[in-house]
Amino acid sequence: MSPRTYVCRLADLDPERGVPALVGGEQVAVFRLADDRVVAVQQRDPYSGANVLSRGIVGSVGETPALASPMYKQVWDLTTGECLDPAGKEPIALTVYPVERDGDDVWVLTP
Amino acid sequence: MVVVGAGMVAHRFAEGMCRRSQHESWSMTVIGDEPDEPYDRVHLSEFFAGRRIDQLALQGGPWRDPRVRLVTGDAAETIDRSARTVTTRSGLVAEYDTLVLATGSWAWTPRTEGTGLRGVFSYRTAADVVGLRDWVAERTEVLGRPLRGAVVGGGVLGLEAAAALQTLGVAPAVVEFADRLMSVQLDDGGGEALRVLITGMGIDVRTSTAATRLGAAPDGAVGTLELSDDTAMPADVVIFSTGIRPRDRLARESGLAIGERGGVVVGPTCRTSDRAVWAIGECASVNGECSGLVAPGNAMADVVVDQLLGGTETYTAAPEGTKLKGVGVDAASFGDVFGLSPGALEVTFADPVARTYRKLVVSDDASTLLGGVFVGDISLYSSLRPLLGRPLGADPSAFLVPEGGGAAPSADLPDDVVVCSCANVSAGTVRAAVTEHGCTSVGDVKACTKAGTVCGSCVPLLTKIVNTTLERTGVTVSTAMCEHFAMPRAELYALVRAQGLRTFTEIVTEHGRGRGCAICKPVVAGILSQLGVGHVLAGDQASLQDTNDRALANLQKDGTYSVIPRIPGGEITPEKLVVLGEVARDFGLYTRITGAQRIAMFGARIDQLPLIWQRLVDAGFESGQAYGKSLRAVKSCVGQAWCRFGVQDSVGMAVRLEMRYRGLRSPHKFKVGVSGCARECAEARGKDVGVIATERGWNVYVGGNGGFTPRHAELLAEDLDDDALVQVIDRFLAYYIRSADRLQRTAPWVAEYTGGMAELRRVLLEDSLGLAAELDAEIARHVDSYADEWRTTLEDPQKLRRFVSFVNAPGEHDPDLAYTAERGQARPARPGEPSHPNPVFARTLDVRS
Repeated sequence: MSPRTYVCRLADLDPERGVPALVGGEQVAVFRLADDRVVAVQQRDPYSGANVLSRGIVGSVGETPALASPMYKQVWDLTTGECLDPAGKEPIALTVYPVERDGDDVWVLTP
Repeated sequence: MVVVGAGMVAHRFAEGMCRRSQHESWSMTVIGDEPDEPYDRVHLSEFFAGRRIDQLALQGGPWRDPRVRLVTGDAAETIDRSARTVTTRSGLVAEYDTLVLATGSWAWTPRTEGTGLRGVFSYRTAADVVGLRDWVAERTEVLGRPLRGAVVGGGVLGLEAAAALQTLGVAPAVVEFADRLMSVQLDDGGGEALRVLITGMGIDVRTSTAATRLGAAPDGAVGTLELSDDTAMPADVVIFSTGIRPRDRLARESGLAIGERGGVVVGPTCRTSDRAVWAIGECASVNGECSGLVAPGNAMADVVVDQLLGGTETYTAAPEGTKLKGVGVDAASFGDVFGLSPGALEVTFADPVARTYRKLVVSDDASTLLGGVFVGDISLYSSLRPLLGRPLGADPSAFLVPEGGGAAPSADLPDDVVVCSCANVSAGTVRAAVTEHGCTSVGDVKACTKAGTVCGSCVPLLTKIVNTTLERTGVTVSTAMCEHFAMPRAELYALVRAQGLRTFTEIVTEHGRGRGCAICKPVVAGILSQLGVGHVLAGDQASLQDTNDRALANLQKDGTYSVIPRIPGGEITPEKLVVLGEVARDFGLYTRITGAQRIAMFGARIDQLPLIWQRLVDAGFESGQAYGKSLRAVKSCVGQAWCRFGVQDSVGMAVRLEMRYRGLRSPHKFKVGVSGCARECAEARGKDVGVIATERGWNVYVGGNGGFTPRHAELLAEDLDDDALVQVIDRFLAYYIRSADRLQRTAPWVAEYTGGMAELRRVLLEDSLGLAAELDAEIARHVDSYADEWRTTLEDPQKLRRFVSFVNAPGEHDPDLAYTAERGQARPARPGEPSHPNPVFARTLDVRS
């Protein structure tokens, strides 16, 4: 069983907005989607190296929830980490972290 | 080939040869006596609107072709037709098989006594306009007062020259020998209407008057202009614009046939009496007439290119149209202006209240269009002129009465109708550009056909034809913002405004699909802010904001932010400077003066932003919105308060404007500048809105830009008092905000505005669309509801909770940040450099070790 780290309560998350969290020493960006699902990906933007992805814009590409980097606007699938728009660069996928909901509490698992 | 003359027509010829004969081997020497590369003489007056001569240069295509050699600043002196050589003043001898004369015209001046005095100018070449500007500057300095000027000649060019004098701050008079202005192009009624408009601009008009003598001032420069009515007017600068004559001396001396009224005699192929020599443009005499416009010259250049390449095209003089431009008053005419055709009928509509005059000349059965005269409102000119000699398709009066005024003919013009007479492009060619060459926009068609690239007057018609053709070929030009919204920003703005929508979810449900993206969400955020829907971080708006807006700071490469408080007008007290110094020192922020007369502090972590801003707000600072698509700063010079030359209080006005428009969200960022005198130290004309002080008030310019595509702002209104200035800027900004596209700066918005500055002036100054009250109210609402974004954020724990390093470990912060020292301040460290995670300590690192 993977170790899990407490992030916050669901009520602490705004729809389609991210928060930064520290999970087992790793920086993670946690998002609440429009349908109240909660997902988590790495906080580090692989293109700039800055830890900023929680500050990106959440939207959709087709039916897929998507995240745009606040730095250079690459777009990823928030559920798989797949790079959907590398903005002219080589696509680089994000690490996705499993999220557990325990009542109102949101936990992120370290793989 | 040798081409003598390097003006617009020579350029057209060289360009045509290069384009139509891309692979053949030939060589061409183009000899021009002006020092500059061939430039757009048609738009020479734009020099006074801030365009440099090198910006008027014609596109250099042919000059970069290795087969073409361009010689400037050297005049052809002789032609030896037996040896087939041209010799220049510098001794260059150019041999030819084919010689093309494109020597153009010279400005004729009557033999009035005193035309040799300093301060007397022609108005034809780059040297003329540069000399004129320099003279006005020098003379103003010497005399220590505003100048008075006179233009002799009230034709199109004379009126342009008078407007140029006004731009230079000179009070001009126009003296015209005929009984009306633009006597060649306008009938009595049109001339009278134009006189009213020109006089209304503050230009003194004297018709039926001749200049008899120029008198000297005590220092020998020109000082007075004596007139045929035995009066004299003071004149510190005089411009003669009394007609042009073909430059045919070379041809005459080499024995070529010369027309009775001058000009090199050519036949329909533009060949002269020597089979090896051709003549094109204003120096060529066709059926005893020389033209003075660029369009026939271009047509002749095309004919000679075709003939040289084995074609059979010939030149026929087409009826010409003329449009007054760059004066701030509209007048245009085409065809049989005076109704001289047998049986011609004239239908006239004059409106002295609206100060417009419109006349159509039609055949005796009222069916065929023979000519038109338009003064004050020339909206019919570009759409009707192509119909010259063709069925009008409706009762003439239907076009002229106000209700019918907009009912221009449909875009179903026959294929052979010339749409752009400057570049000689027909409606068929425009349609083919879309259907056969894959053009999908007016810009594409311009680049492909050159239509609309010279005087621009056909662009509205061109746009209509291009759009109709696109629709018919089934090409829908996508104006969709992104996959979520199928409409452009301005349309979405109008919908949201009309329906009073207030959240992204409402808007996307009603007008889009999906959950948005990094393109449309910030646009919606901007629209909501523009419509006054609360704080940018309130409710669902926070999640729409782009990177910078969501932290109310500018994101830097390492994930930290810069902090830029507002410093209105660049004016700051010593006490506030101390606060900035202390804050920067305490947080280890890299500090720098910005280009917008403010102070930026770099390297603030997201969790530090509220701490920093609390101290700044306590000291009386507020957000500078350097992060927003909104007003940045109002840059100014120190102005009348301190400057020896200032004529108005530029800092005071800059502060007033900055406090008025602070925080106003717009389609893109916008900048404002205020200069206290014509020296323009604030570089205001490089701004979206530029304000320049005059002795009588303020001139306001709009649509300027620096950056990647520099553009000088264009004059919108003159000599306004403080309140009138503010109102004009209010309307300009509000109109831009509601109608510009996403991320469209004012420069392209103004440049692409249908009808150009003249139309924009009508909308903003004369309220021709009836929008003024709404526009005024929108800015008034903004001013009333303004609140500092940082102060209100600091007062709201809900907003503050997002400024956190880690939601589950607020005491920790990003361990990857690393700083080193440079020139005594911190900057992000590169891999391998000595570094410290805290910039306060990094500043003191010894990086030499």
